[in-house]
Amino acid sequence: MILGLNRRDTRFLIIVILLTLFTPFLMQPFSEGSALAQFNGGYPDLMAKVAIFGIFAMGFNILFGLTGYLSFGHAAFLGVGSYSAVWMFKLLTLNVFPALIFAVIISGLFALIIGYISLQRSGIYFSILTLAMAEMSYRLAYSVLTPITNGETGLQIRATDPRIFDSATSSGSPNLFGLELSSSFKWEVLNHVFTFNVGFYFCAFVAIIMFYLTLRIFRSPFGLILRAVKSNQTRLNYTGHNTRPYTLAAFVISGLYAGLAGGLLALMDPLAGAERMVWTASGEVVIMTILGGAGTLLGPVLGAGAIKYLEIIFAKINENVLHGWFGFLPDGLEDFIVFILSRFTGEGWHLTLGLMFMGIIIFLPGGLVQGGQRIAAKFRRKAPNDDDDSEHHPKSTSHVAE
Amino acid sequence: MSNFKLTRRGMMQTGGAAGLVLATPTLLTAGSHSGYTNAPTGSTVKIGFNVPQTGPYSEEGLDELRAQELAVEHLNGIGDGGMLNTFSSKALDGTGILGKKVEFVTGDTQTKSDAARASAKSMIEKDQVVMINGGSSSGVAIAVQGLCQEAGIIFMAGLTHSNDTTGKDRKANGFRHFFNGYMSGAALAPILGANLGTDRRAYHLTSDYTWGWTQSESMIASTEAMGWTTAENVLTPVGAGDFSSYIAQVLGSGADTLILNHYGGDMINSLTQSVQFGLRDKVVNGKNFEIVVPLYSELMAAGAGENIKGVYGSMNWNWQLQDAGTAAFVKSFGEKYGRPPSNSAHTCYVQTLLYADAVTRGGSFNPCAVGEALEDFEFDGMGNGPTLYRGADHQCFKDVLVMKGAENPTNAYDTLEIVEVTPRAQVEYPSNHPMFGGDEASVGSCNPGA
Repeated sequence: MILGLNRRDTRFLIIVILLTLFTPFLMQPFSEGSALAQFNGGYPDLMAKVAIFGIFAMGFNILFGLTGYLSFGHAAFLGVGSYSAVWMFKLLTLNVFPALIFAVIISGLFALIIGYISLQRSGIYFSILTLAMAEMSYRLAYSVLTPITNGETGLQIRATDPRIFDSATSSGSPNLFGLELSSSFKWEVLNHVFTFNVGFYFCAFVAIIMFYLTLRIFRSPFGLILRAVKSNQTRLNYTGHNTRPYTLAAFVISGLYAGLAGGLLALMDPLAGAERMVWTASGEVVIMTILGGAGTLLGPVLGAGAIKYLEIIFAKINENVLHGWFGFLPDGLEDFIVFILSRFTGEGWHLTLGLMFMGIIIFLPGGLVQGGQRIAAKFRRKAPNDDDDSEHHPKSTSHVAE
Repeated sequence: MSNFKLTRRGMMQTGGAAGLVLATPTLLTAGSHSGYTNAPTGSTVKIGFNVPQTGPYSEEGLDELRAQELAVEHLNGIGDGGMLNTFSSKALDGTGILGKKVEFVTGDTQTKSDAARASAKSMIEKDQVVMINGGSSSGVAIAVQGLCQEAGIIFMAGLTHSNDTTGKDRKANGFRHFFNGYMSGAALAPILGANLGTDRRAYHLTSDYTWGWTQSESMIASTEAMGWTTAENVLTPVGAGDFSSYIAQVLGSGADTLILNHYGGDMINSLTQSVQFGLRDKVVNGKNFEIVVPLYSELMAAGAGENIKGVYGSMNWNWQLQDAGTAAFVKSFGEKYGRPPSNSAHTCYVQTLLYADAVTRGGSFNPCAVGEALEDFEFDGMGNGPTLYRGADHQCFKDVLVMKGAENPTNAYDTLEIVEVTPRAQVEYPSNHPMFGGDEASVGSCNPGA
């Protein structure tokens, strides 16, 4: 038992740590100048976004994956976290810690208020209440609270900010006790360029801590009660448990994760805009979680990675790139293929995402994790259900989409 | 659910092992350190076109993309050369920039600051561009300009009309060819006074972000200076779609003129709905009710159709101008795409050429050398007459067009007619003008990055 984990979970955690540390290699598989370099994603901004949205989705999964309460308003906490962090940058210092701490506290308070109100109801009514709350927060940030949020333009740090703890000579970007998050080390080997960025490793470090916390929550008696809420809340009530405090705690915890993610977003790019809180952003985290596998530990992180990668990399494939790929075909055929494919790339990447989401919901209701499980099962002779650790893996409940 | 954990771990072990294998290669040569971000090393140089391809301003963005592709062709010596033939500086010769072939990457800003910065970051960090051009919203332009300043590359702003872009948010690495809200106000006011009278009462509907704020501020200042009064200035969200609840209140205010500080899809909707509400048939204070759209574009005019007849506005440039530069650009754009270019397309095309020219004259892609070459640069032959890139705020000064919705358009593209070409002297202002951040505003020092 290390850190309160059994051997299986310790190994699991170590593997996740290794995966995270080697992300700059794993996301940069193709050599520079090759035709496939287009699909490299190993640059700091994208890697950090995967880690950050991984945290966001992990937190969302504690609420949705364990208790089955589907919140459509989690982007509000993300936005609150970002605004709080940028305000700390403006008022106190560009060091990351005050910003992160303040982001978590404020979003936690928000989650407490919104959660208390929304959890008066369950099921679809809960979802609608959270959606309404988030939309209200968005409208407030967009126009009513313009002096605090700077409206559509977004809150930015300026040279004229007070920043009372920083000396006048300090640099203009967020730092870790002087070490700027934007600084990177580039390593060129074998025609590959690997970028090791301070900001990414900071986000990855936080993500690993949050992953460990999530693991502990999943394995705890508290986590068991949350699963019981999802299985049959009425029966749980009959056995004498008051479920409200548990669901509220799960809601606030997931709000804290979201606020932390929002703070980290502001760290990597010190700008907070209202569009971060719009309802489509709330929908995105739902899609991430379901795409990866709701209720599983690694699923939400995989889902977040898949969506952020698609969003950036697919959106960059414009018609010129496609023409480059299919240039060897006869003209008429080339134009036809490029026309069809360009509907699904560039500005049409949402179509690809939609198709992928449909496919996964229909054929793999357990998400990418279930896909990996099925592939692995093909290669294994061992019969399923011989897990030595069944106590920690209660029988899965039916998927929300079923 | 109980079984897959082992297999997942197996998969991850494989992944981890692959990572370790990759992590232990032999060390080759270290990277080049040329003293600035993304210094091009091979025989090509990459620039980024970051435009809205979705969202309320996407029409403008897609037209910008067409012009940018054309500019790259002309820089690489493909096609007829367009404005390179009429440009007063002859440094460019159709062999790329400094002998390097120009390549480009594109990104979608979605008309959102967050998405635009994510897209710009991927261009800088992944594609290693030396310059980002384009965009169709001032909020986005200011956000991306700030990012380029931090990253140490040049930002050649596209369509951005807010005073703030080269006002209080001006940056040493950012340059704007397009005109701004102040210039619109200064050019429009005399024409409005002469044609609509100097005793009107105006009601403003304003897009709720930096562009709308400074545009309405400029219009209020210049119209009040000639005797108009302002009934009210109402802020509306960007991309609202339905403006009927705002328009319904206009007549009750006693105003006889509606000034729509809207752009793109918003302007099409608000103008169409104003006309549907019958505003233009009303007589208030003994005068015909009039609508003014301070910032026009061909694409908006086409979208609004019949409704723009007789409506005044201003533009940076229009394809109907008669000078040689305009003729050359319209000809090559028309041959490639079968339509005349919009003024947002024009400004992005010109910005791309101006950047290439500045690199060539400065002899380096270093943002500081480029900035030095662009500052206080005087040029001609780009469709706007003699133009100055002012060094103090990186704003271009040139003639401004006052436009009016054509009464009898003959085709889909001449829906606007030029009322007056307002001379440059009339729209100039000092760089420390209070609307532009006053004495405090400064571009600061250029940042070459790494």
